[in-house]
Amino acid sequence: MSARLPKGGRFLNRSQPIEFSFNGKQLQGFEGDTLASALMANGQQLVGRSFKYHRPRGVVASGAEEPNALVNLGTGRRLEPNQRATTTELFEGLEATSQNHWPSLEFDVGAINARLSRFLPAGFYYKMFMWPRAFWKHVYEPFIRQSAGLGKAPNARDADTYEHFNITVDVLVIGGGIAGLEAARVAGSSGAQVLLIEQTAQWGGRANVDATLIDGADEEHWIEATVDALEDMDNVRLRTRVMGAGVYDHGYVLAYERLCDHDPQDGLPRHRLWKIRARQIVTATGAIERPLSFAGNDLPGVLLASAQRDYLINYGVSAGDRTVIVTNNDDAYRTALMLHNLGLEVKAVIDARAEANGPLPVAAREAGIRVETGKAIAKVKGVARVEGVAICAQVGEGAVLDEIACDVVAMSGGWSPVVHLWSHCGGKLVWDDAQAHFRPDPGKAPIGADGHAFVHTTGAASGLLKSDEILQNAHDAGADAAKAAGHKPKRGKAPTAASPDEAPIEPVWMMPQGAGHELRSKMWLDFQNDVKVSDVQLAAQEGFESVEHTKRYTTLGMATDQGKLSNINGLAILSKSLGADIPAVGTTTFRPPYTPISMGAIAGEARGKLFQPLRRTPMHDWHEANGAHWEPVGHWRRPYAFPRGSETVEQAVQREVKNTREAVGLLDASTLGKILVKGPDAGAFLDLLYTNMVSTLPLGRCRYGLMCSENGFLIDDGVIVRLSEDSWLCHTTTGGADRIHGHMEEWLQTEWWDMQVHTANLTEQYAQIAVVGPDARNVLEALGGDIDLDAETLPFMHWTEGRIGDFDARVFRISFSGELSYEVAVPASQGLAFWNALLKAGEVFGVMPYGTEALHIMRAEKGFIMIGDETDGTVIPQDLGLHWAISKKKADFLSKRAQERDHMTDPDRWQLVGLETVDGSVLPDGAYALAEGRNENGQRNTQGRVTSTYHSPTLGRGIAMGLVLHGPERMGEVLKFTNIGGAPIEARIVSPVFYDPEGKKQNV
Amino acid sequence: MSDLASPLPGVAVSGIAEVRELGLRGMITIKGDLALPLVNSTATGVSGVDFPDRGQANYVGERGLCWMAPDEIMVLTPYAEAAGDTAHIAHVLRDTHSLVANVSDARCLFEVSGASAREVLSKLTPADMHPDRFRPGAFRRTRLAQVPAAVWMRDDQTIEVFAFRSAARYVSDLLANAARPGTAVGYY
Amino acid sequence: MLILHCPYCGVDADETELAPGGEAHLKRFGPGSSDAEFEAYLFQRENPKGVHFERWRHANGCGKWFHAARCTTTNEVFGTYSAQVTEPPRDIHDKITGKRPGWLSRWLS
Repeated sequence: MSARLPKGGRFLNRSQPIEFSFNGKQLQGFEGDTLASALMANGQQLVGRSFKYHRPRGVVASGAEEPNALVNLGTGRRLEPNQRATTTELFEGLEATSQNHWPSLEFDVGAINARLSRFLPAGFYYKMFMWPRAFWKHVYEPFIRQSAGLGKAPNARDADTYEHFNITVDVLVIGGGIAGLEAARVAGSSGAQVLLIEQTAQWGGRANVDATLIDGADEEHWIEATVDALEDMDNVRLRTRVMGAGVYDHGYVLAYERLCDHDPQDGLPRHRLWKIRARQIVTATGAIERPLSFAGNDLPGVLLASAQRDYLINYGVSAGDRTVIVTNNDDAYRTALMLHNLGLEVKAVIDARAEANGPLPVAAREAGIRVETGKAIAKVKGVARVEGVAICAQVGEGAVLDEIACDVVAMSGGWSPVVHLWSHCGGKLVWDDAQAHFRPDPGKAPIGADGHAFVHTTGAASGLLKSDEILQNAHDAGADAAKAAGHKPKRGKAPTAASPDEAPIEPVWMMPQGAGHELRSKMWLDFQNDVKVSDVQLAAQEGFESVEHTKRYTTLGMATDQGKLSNINGLAILSKSLGADIPAVGTTTFRPPYTPISMGAIAGEARGKLFQPLRRTPMHDWHEANGAHWEPVGHWRRPYAFPRGSETVEQAVQREVKNTREAVGLLDASTLGKILVKGPDAGAFLDLLYTNMVSTLPLGRCRYGLMCSENGFLIDDGVIVRLSEDSWLCHTTTGGADRIHGHMEEWLQTEWWDMQVHTANLTEQYAQIAVVGPDARNVLEALGGDIDLDAETLPFMHWTEGRIGDFDARVFRISFSGELSYEVAVPASQGLAFWNALLKAGEVFGVMPYGTEALHIMRAEKGFIMIGDETDGTVIPQDLGLHWAISKKKADFLSKRAQERDHMTDPDRWQLVGLETVDGSVLPDGAYALAEGRNENGQRNTQGRVTSTYHSPTLGRGIAMGLVLHGPERMGEVLKFTNIGGAPIEARIVSPVFYDPEGKKQNV
Repeated sequence: MSDLASPLPGVAVSGIAEVRELGLRGMITIKGDLALPLVNSTATGVSGVDFPDRGQANYVGERGLCWMAPDEIMVLTPYAEAAGDTAHIAHVLRDTHSLVANVSDARCLFEVSGASAREVLSKLTPADMHPDRFRPGAFRRTRLAQVPAAVWMRDDQTIEVFAFRSAARYVSDLLANAARPGTAVGYY
Repeated sequence: MLILHCPYCGVDADETELAPGGEAHLKRFGPGSSDAEFEAYLFQRENPKGVHFERWRHANGCGKWFHAARCTTTNEVFGTYSAQVTEPPRDIHDKITGKRPGWLSRWLS
């Protein structure tokens, strides 16, 4: 059983006990523990269940690569599933529960899947759920949903906050082991701005565990001195608990800082996502030890040999009393020697190699440790935990030679450099036969904007496993990076280190090499997703030759650890099954993030009221205080209606229309775009942008204009105002303000740059209020001022400026409702006061504010189109009966050529008409007009569709606009319109102008 | 002139930095050929400061010039004088191809000050706020989270933030959130 | 994320400050052009594996359009330059030729 040793544990503060709970059980650890080390210290080896077969799972690793020890962490608003116990620092009151079992961790009904495993091979889901189709809804889908996912999804709103942090640095060093420290030190010596980040809470990486003499002293001394030196440099910043998550184009890096995971508290950001623009990046991300594939390698008690050392040295935890070590390299002997020195029993070292005579094996033998070369584990014995191993010859088929009782199996299959960050942005790998791993190919680095490499790897991440080489290489990497970032590093002498020679590793991808199916179907590759050697072999037999396809078919490497332990072993098995070399098969793609990061960190501040910007007009607060029912329009909120008392929104809309038609209404029109276009060529420029004539607009006049894209389609409309000899004010739709300003600038800057024109988007400079209705003039006149508003001085489609009351006003006599209407613009900071003044002056006339829905109904009653309702990016002005607004005189304008194309002049294009339901009801929005017959897909043919539909309070019936085949020629014809869930609705084709077709009311 | 309302009168919060709304300020856009002596002298004449280099702003008292683009300069002036100054500039440049517009009401304006002011901004903008590169006098148009904005380093611990008026509440909330007590990064 | 140098305001701008505008140096065909010319102008775009000339706008910045010469496979940027030209400037052209001998230039004379 795993237990805490009486002494030791570099990270521990034994004077500071910490209480925590696991599955409701109160346990104790120490400050400095991870959840994994604390669980092991409490003898809790069973920590979870695997995904597919619900197999018992114990801690297998000691860091980010852990596939097994995943827990639900926290409760309620701080519940988070799939948290790795190995990277979860223990804190007071931590609550963890294990995952993927029912009813309990110890007794799990789902484990029945394991007995059925031969019926659940690779690709089971694809094979099983193909047919019968009818089973999907009630059989397959509920089954899959039931089994989907590992942890428990939280259902409460996250209690924590998150933030981003943007910086630019010269050199970013990722990884705080001795390689990263040395690289940062040398880079820092150049004066370059350097940031060094380390994902754990400690500096030094593995050097601390595998005691190394650096510059003749203990490694700890060197690490401490180097960290001190770095902290003293003004141009260097160091951060622990920051993980390099992803490397992207042009040196952009995301790094994930965990501020409060080890110390949860309110108010502080839990995670901070660093958005780093680095000129040069050094990844010193180390290497990960590989498991070995032997039958029963997934039982709790089997763990990585290096992890066992970590637990012993860093946490004073032993994984068990009697260890069998199984290896194909010398490094694992370090574990044997360490155990031995700590007085723990090493039952044997099972070495697959024919001989083991390097300094480390020799030392092990000298210590009296039994070393069995040329041997393999035939099978791990035990049901829920390791009870012993059966030994066989590696070259054989698994005939048992001996059995050894033990409670720990420490395995070492060699080291795989952490190449993820190198690979994210295109760095290529090379297969290193001698060390049996993929390592970065320095000649094929990620390329930056300048065409040169911007990522360098160093240390174990480069495939260097000896401290001396690592330090020399890191020294050079730091210097090279600083130099490439434009600085002059002070190249000195790299620190020296002494490490014992190691005999070569021997690649061992399966134990024993001739294992039959029975054994192979118990050899786990992916511990979390339950992918075994036999699954990958089956996939290969079934024709999955690409490693990417095999991954998806078998789910190898698709778990939360993304195959950090399993990928290389899996693709070695695949390549062997295919009879190909490992490098020919290649790896799957490494994608960010390196380890999972929280969704909160990605969102940063963008939650709640900061989720997205909400744009407010100067009168917004008034609207809110007066019960506005809001409609989102882009990022704006516009009042849809202002319900009063017990009114429904619909009733309010109807009242607002009637009041505006009969008395007077106010509309906040501030959101409409207002773009100033000025210059000697402004008229000519606008003639190119609008479909109709703009340059001929006389001073003092307004004109309705249409804009189409070069492709011919209608993109915006609005009233153009001639302000002066060389300046025009172009109104756009609310959504079009920024877009159309950008459109103008694009054409000015990139096509017609010789035109003398400037533009300015003045949308937000003004509050604009439409005063609409028979009493509009009376209300404005009641305010006084110096503007004559009478019909002779300021006729329809004219404008003027001056003072209305106390306000600096520009007044446009334009109407989108068909009523007498003045749109008045005042500086935005006077907007609210002007609004209030209008309400006060209008009181005697019964003034009421109205919202966007009343606006929509009134314009539809007049047959005015609305961009986004009547248009959808495929509609041209000619479809909408707007031929009159397409100039025939102009030699050129955007869309002129496009509208000459066959498709645009096709008489069968659907055309705008009005629609009146026969029974007076309101047509459903978007309803289609049915035609005879069916198309080749068996769907009903259609001959038109509804683009706008309302109940008109003015007419007391449903009215609509729509596009109908040959519509204008079919006045009076009755069509049937689709009505989801009911019988088709009949509507008659009529003129789209339902109200005051002569325009008498607006022109008074 | 009637009751004037700045976008968020009186908003001020204190955390790792002080954030406050600065009320109304006169701002006048001049678009034109900045190399023309008349454009240059008109801008410097109205503001009383030297013409700023690319990416810079100069000021004295409430007046100043901000470099916006190769063909755009923004004049800062007391709000009450903006309309008059606009008319004056437009008159002087009447025969020079240019666009002069009073945009004083189109903007909101905040000040972020204190030792961690740069960090507050770095939480929100991709612009490099490092003291070695974003020195006093630097003026940069960029984005703040999801809206366009300009940041101006007035002095080593004071940053002014310009954004569009409609986004005043959003920007104010962003800055207040980024300046929450206890959230200093300790980087710069 | 691409980081491009805005030749107008001198800033190294994140992609999040920029708006893409597709292929650069298109020749506009308007009224009077043939169907084939107009179709090519509107729809036919280079999609090279290699050197590409493209338009960007410093939208969250100075607002100016500029051109970039970029390798679509390595993201190497050979230069950014004025939008007010109908073909890549000589120095950019030469730089590309130096780095990518044999590249297919539309402007080789």
